[in-house]
Amino acid sequence: MIEVRLFATLREGRGKVMMLPAESFKNAGEIIAYLDIPPEEVSILLINGFHNKPESEVKDGDIVALFPPVGGG
Amino acid sequence: MGYYEKIARINLTTGEIKTQKLDVEIAKKFIGGRGLGTKILYDEGVATADPLSAENKLVYITGPLTGAAAPSTGRYMVVTKSPLTGMIACSNSGGIWGQKLKYAGWDAVIVEGEASEWTYITIEDDKIELHDAREYLGVKSEAVDEMLKAKHGDNASVLNIGPAGEKKVLLAAIMNDKDRAAGRSGVGAVMGSKKLKAIVVKATRTKLDVIADIDALKAATARSMELIRENGVTGSGLRAYGTAVLVNIINNIGSLPTKNWQESYYEQGEDISGETLAEKYLVKPSACARCPVACGRVVNINGKIAGGPEYEPLWAYGANCGNNDLNVINECNMLCNEYGLDAISTPCTIAAAMELYQRGAIKEEDCAGVPLEWGSTKALIEWTKRMGDPETELDWLMSSGSARLCEHFGMPEISMSVKKQEMPAYDARGVQGIGITYATSNRGGCHVRGYMISPEVLGLPTQLDRTVTNEKASWAKIFQDLTAVIDSMGHCLFTSFAMGAQEYTDLLNAATGTNHTAEDVLEIGDRIYNIERMFNKAAGMKPEDDKLPKRLIEEPITNGPSKGMVSQLPLTLPEYYEARGWVDAFPTDETLKKLGLDECVGK
Repeated sequence: MIEVRLFATLREGRGKVMMLPAESFKNAGEIIAYLDIPPEEVSILLINGFHNKPESEVKDGDIVALFPPVGGG
Repeated sequence: MGYYEKIARINLTTGEIKTQKLDVEIAKKFIGGRGLGTKILYDEGVATADPLSAENKLVYITGPLTGAAAPSTGRYMVVTKSPLTGMIACSNSGGIWGQKLKYAGWDAVIVEGEASEWTYITIEDDKIELHDAREYLGVKSEAVDEMLKAKHGDNASVLNIGPAGEKKVLLAAIMNDKDRAAGRSGVGAVMGSKKLKAIVVKATRTKLDVIADIDALKAATARSMELIRENGVTGSGLRAYGTAVLVNIINNIGSLPTKNWQESYYEQGEDISGETLAEKYLVKPSACARCPVACGRVVNINGKIAGGPEYEPLWAYGANCGNNDLNVINECNMLCNEYGLDAISTPCTIAAAMELYQRGAIKEEDCAGVPLEWGSTKALIEWTKRMGDPETELDWLMSSGSARLCEHFGMPEISMSVKKQEMPAYDARGVQGIGITYATSNRGGCHVRGYMISPEVLGLPTQLDRTVTNEKASWAKIFQDLTAVIDSMGHCLFTSFAMGAQEYTDLLNAATGTNHTAEDVLEIGDRIYNIERMFNKAAGMKPEDDKLPKRLIEEPITNGPSKGMVSQLPLTLPEYYEARGWVDAFPTDETLKKLGLDECVGK
């Protein structure tokens, strides 16, 4: 399974955390599409804590974290 | 233009109040705010003063854009010699006080000497008066704000110190407009040492009317506003969640220091996140003067409506103390505002004390009934109060910051500080560039002296790999220099999520009538960074003060996604010095001459 964590506005209507079957997704972009998130709304894409791109491959046991544009200090 | 060309000089020893003409050529060379304030103190020999003596000076200073019809221009700065670090202090605050000071017609107010009795100052346009402040002694900051407004009118804006500043606590902040703080480096203690409780400002003007080219300012503002609106962070993200939204991001990259940096991933991170704050406690966002971003939080704390925590205190009272009770963080943040305490250094010192307790250096019998156990909400509340109004020996040690506390207990390495000031909420082992800016910050441990989190984590203006050191030294220098410019102009640093050097250059040129290129403006930032460094050199700074705690260099991260990483500062620091034109932490004479700092050559 892949653990998908959503943050800030991306949670609206979708929830915070979900487990998805690894075999259904080749890359992070397919997860974003499956969750019906417009690609431009994803500003930070982490796989296991490291920045990645939608074309990055995902595998069983990965944690995918998606953030909209956010900042602070 | 951009300046009223007036500085007030108030001597609290003699009671003398003088008006002095601003030297506009010098002002343009250092812009204003942070840059000009440091230049004034350097020239007046404050670097060698005892920070808590009559010889130290406080410069309350605006920038040429403070109060201008441009984005987020509500900022003023307090520049002085820090009693915490013994080096330059420049603490920046928003609210409306700075704008009122500017509208009253003052570019800066310099306070010198030391009053014989507690005093407060009123500034009403040209008229400046000193008043007896004894009836406000011991009164908490928010109440003083209300009392002085009741006395001087709702159109007054109040800056003051709480009980912590009165007692010269080294972590004391200066508060304005109730919940805004010039928070860091103990600037409140300097006010307290001068027996100055408050400064009340009233202004007849309602706009800045010394703009060199109003049409140019309108055009530059329109362009900047467009960028701010279009940018996801400044356009909507910060308004919705505040800076608190960073908790989950920084935790998810495994760089959220936990239990005094013994760990870097906090399992209960969600409990103290911006999302949880918005869901459970947020009443509404709030904004400083002339700010379209509105990152401030107004929260409900057990029925009391008050200013809410930024990311930093959420982390510091949360993960860093092993506490996941967000309501208690809100309460502690409010206590910091009421006592007038730095809401970063105060909880970070409690975290250091909790590690000293864990290691047996502080014993239960030392704690006067409130043991410093990880996650103890009672300890967080009670020790914040004690640090804000210290009585016992341990209260005083705690209120002096983690460096002095840990030194006292023979474990200096436990203090997560740089130049005796506590580091903020990003583990420099997991984000390589931010460590360079922590180590070389002229005011000690700090995230707003080159916010490398922006490119290394948030991808602004471009995404850098947080794990590598390549080119980080030159990025750090540019971020430090641009930040010095923004601080000196009077803008909020958060505008830089959307705006770049060219936008600031256009705004500065419009306000002051200069004809700078973006390169010229970055060179001014470089000049400011160098004169701060020369202030520190005169104050006794040593090359070895540019360092990170041993834990970050020698002890790999113990848990979470960044497990195993250490800071590569020994590699990047020489690269940084080379980029700056420094040898052994200080500028060469050649560098000083190139930057037009002839007054520092040979020093």
